Amino acid sequence: MTTDFIIGHYNYWVIIVLMMLGLYVVMSRGNLIKKIVGLNIFQTSVFLLYITIGKVTGGTAPIIWEGREDVVYSNPLPHVLILTAIVVGVATTAVGLAITVRVREAYGTIEEDEILAQDHEAEVTEGASA
Amino acid sequence: MDLGTSIDIVLLAFLLICAVAIVFIRDLFSVVMVAGAYSLLSAMFFVNLDAVDVAFTEAAVGAGISTVLMLGGLMLTSRREKKPKGRQPIFPLLVVLSTGAALVYATFDMPDFGDPNSPANSYVGIDYIEATEKQIDVPNIVTAVLASYRGYDTLGETVVVFTAGLGVMVLLGIGFAGGAPASRKEEDDA
Repeated sequence: MTTDFIIGHYNYWVIIVLMMLGLYVVMSRGNLIKKIVGLNIFQTSVFLLYITIGKVTGGTAPIIWEGREDVVYSNPLPHVLILTAIVVGVATTAVGLAITVRVREAYGTIEEDEILAQDHEAEVTEGASA
Repeated sequence: MDLGTSIDIVLLAFLLICAVAIVFIRDLFSVVMVAGAYSLLSAMFFVNLDAVDVAFTEAAVGAGISTVLMLGGLMLTSRREKKPKGRQPIFPLLVVLSTGAALVYATFDMPDFGDPNSPANSYVGIDYIEATEKQIDVPNIVTAVLASYRGYDTLGETVVVFTAGLGVMVLLGIGFAGGAPASRKEEDDA
């Protein structure tokens, strides 16, 4: 494993760690707002991965430099895909938060275990009355 | 190692610190603020990697609107995450570690960072760069691809945002008469 290899892959590894931290928050934390923040971390790490792949060494932003033939541009395609993804990401965040607010109205809590306990209780009383 | 790469390494280290902080902080207001800082740092990372359009979208939408939405959500719910009872479950940690290991293993075959000859940078991206000036005549290639070559994609995105807005309105009952949502009991009886 040479230094070049490590520098060439450092981005990928850090991004994978970020991705896994986001996934861990989503899976292990019971608070619904915290879960949404975890989802955002996961999402942003995917953006970072795409932009990393689109970078060209010595390149510049993909805006045409008139009268210059020797300019190297970074790959514009990942940028376009991620622009779309960022906006869609905010849309999903908004819907997630709206659901959280409704859950809070209906259950009085946004902790997953308490919601599950209430559901269980409701099922038990339903079974007893039936 | 040039300056860009050094900045890249430092920014990623900061992002890592922010993400670890988010995992451990229990005060949700702080979590949202750190998440905002995380978004802003990622915007800086995008500038460093030549993705200026992505950077300003991330700074405006990711760090701005997202944070405001989160704060609104906090206002309507709770400020603090409760401490979990009992021991932390081990299952999520195992899943995360094994997935992470598999992904890291996959990166060994990935092209080096900034490789101009990598498959992702060799074909269609180059075509867009070469064709934009002749076909679209917009100096910003990202704009040309977004609004012209992939215009339908962007239309689809708008549909997604519209649907999401509609969903939020229906869920929260904004703009509907008699907005008091039915209680859980009533829904069960129905």
